[in-house]
Amino acid sequence: MPETAMDRAASATPPGIARRVRGLSDRAIAWLFVAPTIFLLLAINIFPLIWTIRLSFTNFRANRPNADVEWVGLRNYQRILSDPEIWQTMQATAHFLFWTLFFQVLIGFALAWLINAKFRSSNFWTTVIVLPMMLSPAVVGNFWTFLYQPQIGLFNYVVAFVSGADPTSFSMIGDVPLAPWAIVIVDTWMWTPFVMLICLAGLRSIPESIYEAAECDRASKWRQFWTITVPMVLPFLMLAVLFRGIENFKMFDLVVQLTGGGPGSTTELTSINLKREAFEKWRTGYASAYAVILFVTVFGLASIYVKALNKVKER
Amino acid sequence: MSTASVTGPSARLKWIAGVLVVVYALITLMPLLWIMATGFKTSSDAIAYPPKVLFEPSLEGYVNLFTTQTRQVAGQVSTPETWYERIVHDKGMVITGPSRYGERFMNSVIIGFGSTFLSVFLGTLAAYAFSRYRVPLKDDLMFFILSTRMMPPIAVAIPIFLMFRSLGLSDTHAGMILLYTAVNLSLAVWLLKGFIDEIPREYEEAALIDGYTRFQAFRKVVLPQAATGIASTAIFCLIFAWNEYAFAVLLTSGTAQTAPPFIPTIIGVGGRDWPAVAAGATIFLMPVMVFTILLRKHLLRGITFGAVRK
Repeated sequence: MPETAMDRAASATPPGIARRVRGLSDRAIAWLFVAPTIFLLLAINIFPLIWTIRLSFTNFRANRPNADVEWVGLRNYQRILSDPEIWQTMQATAHFLFWTLFFQVLIGFALAWLINAKFRSSNFWTTVIVLPMMLSPAVVGNFWTFLYQPQIGLFNYVVAFVSGADPTSFSMIGDVPLAPWAIVIVDTWMWTPFVMLICLAGLRSIPESIYEAAECDRASKWRQFWTITVPMVLPFLMLAVLFRGIENFKMFDLVVQLTGGGPGSTTELTSINLKREAFEKWRTGYASAYAVILFVTVFGLASIYVKALNKVKER
Repeated sequence: MSTASVTGPSARLKWIAGVLVVVYALITLMPLLWIMATGFKTSSDAIAYPPKVLFEPSLEGYVNLFTTQTRQVAGQVSTPETWYERIVHDKGMVITGPSRYGERFMNSVIIGFGSTFLSVFLGTLAAYAFSRYRVPLKDDLMFFILSTRMMPPIAVAIPIFLMFRSLGLSDTHAGMILLYTAVNLSLAVWLLKGFIDEIPREYEEAALIDGYTRFQAFRKVVLPQAATGIASTAIFCLIFAWNEYAFAVLLTSGTAQTAPPFIPTIIGVGGRDWPAVAAGATIFLMPVMVFTILLRKHLLRGITFGAVRK
């Protein structure tokens, strides 16, 4: 085979340079690989965030793009923080957060502990329990309104059957005192498996030898549970609470389909309230300030919590 | 277990634990079974009191889901030819055309798979770089990527709504694909970095010595090793995009609307057509349930956001 000029030039090039040309430098590859991700996140996460902050100081309304936009300074923030309606939605959110976390931790941990006993076919049943959390909250939440119907709903029928009450005497999503619990029940049904899975991972990370040592020291099962199991699972449990806490603070789809914030505004969580301000009343500037406040709240609470979590982990 | 462990639970305790877990699982399964059952009920069976557990199955809900209908006008009624026309005919209705459900379902498929492909593709590249190279400010970037998930979707939706409006991306498939890709990327990068961290560097180094370029080593050594991790990450991105509601309901209305905002809007003639809603929900939820059952082993890590290894 005759050698071309190209081949001769190629073989004359020192191997180091050849590799350089053939493959990009490590630094270039690193940037090439990371850049698209960073770009997309900047364009669709950070840029909008900055824009939101900007809008929050104006009286802009998205349904009137051609109207004059005025710079209003901190007035939006002042109005939000002094608005009693917003404090009411914050309370509704706090109620929802507290009770969903309470039930999910309680039931999730108990289930994980039971599953960790490794009875026959425990893997299969774990998968069955996990099913609700994989499904679309909006679609499932919408169907729960059917289960909650006073006359024909399965939920009311079962509750009436067990308690002996009249199934038409209460409406989970129509009665003011019951509606906040209606959303807690569905969220607990849906997300307990998440807490369970993380607890299960925690339980499985405890080496058997610790229990064996405790057994040699004649520690009672009860004592083993409180001095070994609980402290070793605690960091995992706290992580689960962090994830669920952030998610439920953002909660929108499930609750908007279940109650739409009603009756009145008893289940109007912050995200639903925000949606109403931004996309129904079209007070874009005001809603932007609201969004910034929510974001700062989540971020602040999460950072404090992560510090506490790290302390627990160090112990 | 070959030898009885001293510390393990006794047989009786195991039995009690098993019974309790199975009871919980059955209770938790009830609403899902009820959705599936309601899809096969007639509209009168669906709203019967007491709720009917045993009923004669009917495809009425499915037919209503896929068709639009109008009341029969006396004198203009043609005799039904197919089985579904007969079901509609017997209710005193006549089919006027297909419903929008099929279209919405296809939108979910296109947007779901499109965004999954993009986020896994970009996520794998970024995760590889984060795992193998000294990227400046690596920890800050990783935290930044994670923190993007803390924002409430509605809060981000305001500027995205404005941005999409001015770019002509509102209510388009491309816009939704880009948006879901951005949302999923954070999870994808975190999960994939964990998977790639576990592949020993020695494999690549050996390949480099054999004369592979970095690119070739990445493609021929790292990718096959990370295949399982990439697949389970993909499932997670797909499930997220499939289930997403908040952005979809705010940013799409007609052409690019996905199934989750559509299903709750299904109504019938004279009150909500619950069998049709249930039929739509069943078709929509079924793929995820099947995935979950088939791939349960690979899903655990994604659920826990990679925070819990193995």
